Amino acid sequence: MGSTYALLASIAQQLGVVFFMTIFAAVVAYALWPKNREKFDAAAHMPLKED
Amino acid sequence: MSIPATTRSMSANEVAWSIAAAALAVFSVYVASQATDSGYAFHAYVFAIAGIAAVIAIGKRAVANVVVDPPQEIDSKPNYNMGPVKFSTIAAMFWGVAGFLVGLIIALQLAWPALNFDLPWIQFGRLRPLHTSAVIFAFGGNVLLATSFYVVQRTSQARLAGDLSPWFVVLGYNLFIVIAGTGYLLGITQGKEYAEPEWYADLWLTIVWVAYLLVFLATIWKRKEPHIYVANWFYLAFILTIAVLHLGNNSTIPVSIFSPKSYIVWSGVQDAMFQWWYGHNAVGFFLTAGFLAIMYYFVPKRANRPVYSYRLSIVHFWALIFLYIWAGPHHLHYTALPDWAQTLGMTFSIMLWMPSWGGMINGLMTLSGAWDKLRTDPVLRMLVVSVAFYGMSTFEGPMMSIKAVNSLSHYTDWTVGHVHSGALGWVGFVSFGAIYCLVPWLWNKKGLWSDKLVNWHFWIATLGIVLYISAMWVAGIMQGLMWRAYTALGFLEYSFIETVEAMHPFYAIRALGGGMFVVGSLIMAYNIYMTIRSGEAAEPAATAQPAMAPAE
Repeated sequence: MGSTYALLASIAQQLGVVFFMTIFAAVVAYALWPKNREKFDAAAHMPLKED
Repeated sequence: MSIPATTRSMSANEVAWSIAAAALAVFSVYVASQATDSGYAFHAYVFAIAGIAAVIAIGKRAVANVVVDPPQEIDSKPNYNMGPVKFSTIAAMFWGVAGFLVGLIIALQLAWPALNFDLPWIQFGRLRPLHTSAVIFAFGGNVLLATSFYVVQRTSQARLAGDLSPWFVVLGYNLFIVIAGTGYLLGITQGKEYAEPEWYADLWLTIVWVAYLLVFLATIWKRKEPHIYVANWFYLAFILTIAVLHLGNNSTIPVSIFSPKSYIVWSGVQDAMFQWWYGHNAVGFFLTAGFLAIMYYFVPKRANRPVYSYRLSIVHFWALIFLYIWAGPHHLHYTALPDWAQTLGMTFSIMLWMPSWGGMINGLMTLSGAWDKLRTDPVLRMLVVSVAFYGMSTFEGPMMSIKAVNSLSHYTDWTVGHVHSGALGWVGFVSFGAIYCLVPWLWNKKGLWSDKLVNWHFWIATLGIVLYISAMWVAGIMQGLMWRAYTALGFLEYSFIETVEAMHPFYAIRALGGGMFVVGSLIMAYNIYMTIRSGEAAEPAATAQPAMAPAE
């Protein structure tokens, strides 16, 4: 019981950091990827579009 | 409504819905006959009446020969389904006024306790959840239903998926609200903050919510635009996460199918953690993600400017949803929750500063090049001030999650002040702004009946919020300091009742501020009513959108 708790806590504390940093890096890369610029600039105008 | 020339037979879809509704009605009458509790029997009859009403409404569609499965497009323009959006918009206005009013009543009761008249149904303990549920779930929920169904159609260039299902979502959701609200007055509650409705109401909401998710997803699925606009991402995160939170925090076992009472499967500190995982993410995903979706559509639309940085909006979205879900433990500082979990909750709350302020800056900077509109357009001003309040309360929240600050602020009225700067300033104002935008669009009007009244609403409500939150800051910090004051001999300096007495003037000021907010909402309701009734019709060019009214 004690060791299960310690194991889960250490996973949450250590692998969690790696997991989140990786995801965050991927999101930032996707957002800033030069190829996506055109797509995102067009998307920024989407609310203004009339039918 | 004109008299139909012909009637038609019911579609297979309509027959299936009618059978389900009739089965619900029959089952409910049976449950009512066996119910152990009169309040529960009343609720069973409400369900039965709703089931019968649904059968009649569906039958009337056939009699009136309402088109089954209307065309997706007319003249190569999307044939939007705005009926459910209209319904939710009006429901939001109604529940908003009702919820604010109940808030005012309990604020007055806190200042002058005699106002509960010793009647059980209107005492603070029953009216308080009625207030919170009415403003968060009834008002906020209908605003989210209306705007999400509007935005997903417009940004997907596609008609809302389903024929009867969107109506089931909006009507079923409002039935849940009625069950929840009347339950509190009758004393039916499971005693979990912001999750008070008992097991049967929770089950009903689960069904409605799954239908909501499916309608939303299916509409996105058939979109004409290749890119899914950021507002839809926020709406989707809101719908999906609320479903998960709702199931997790309401994992209860009913005593009997004939009793409203149930017991939660979690126990002790796990139950507390589940409750605040739910509670904080009701804030994070219902009151934040959902309303940020409104910001990302209505602010650019109203300012007629593109989103300031679409890239920032992507980082904003992912960072916000990944961080918020972990912030709940900050509600359980200095409790039996393991210390590392408390620290984790605090740390994630502090990290939330970044996406919150990133989002705020993105919303505000969308006005660059259009700042002058703030002077002339009171609706845009309302939207922008809401974003400013968002920035303010998301600065305050992480600060209050710091353990040392929380040791002073927790259990005091500072928390109440914080919640209301977010609820009145951010959620309230962004919703008002969205409704002021939506009503002329939905009813094909040139504009609102009176911009002047919007201006009055804006200033009265803003002053009311300032009175409210500053009174609660002073009251809360004073309360916290009085609780922790010791004499030279080590005794507590103040008895509890002395702290209550000291807060009386601030409770009175808070009630005044809340009263002003109510007055503002009444002005708005009148303006909305007049706009729908007698607002000037929009130019024909703008009404190109064909009106295919569904059954109303």
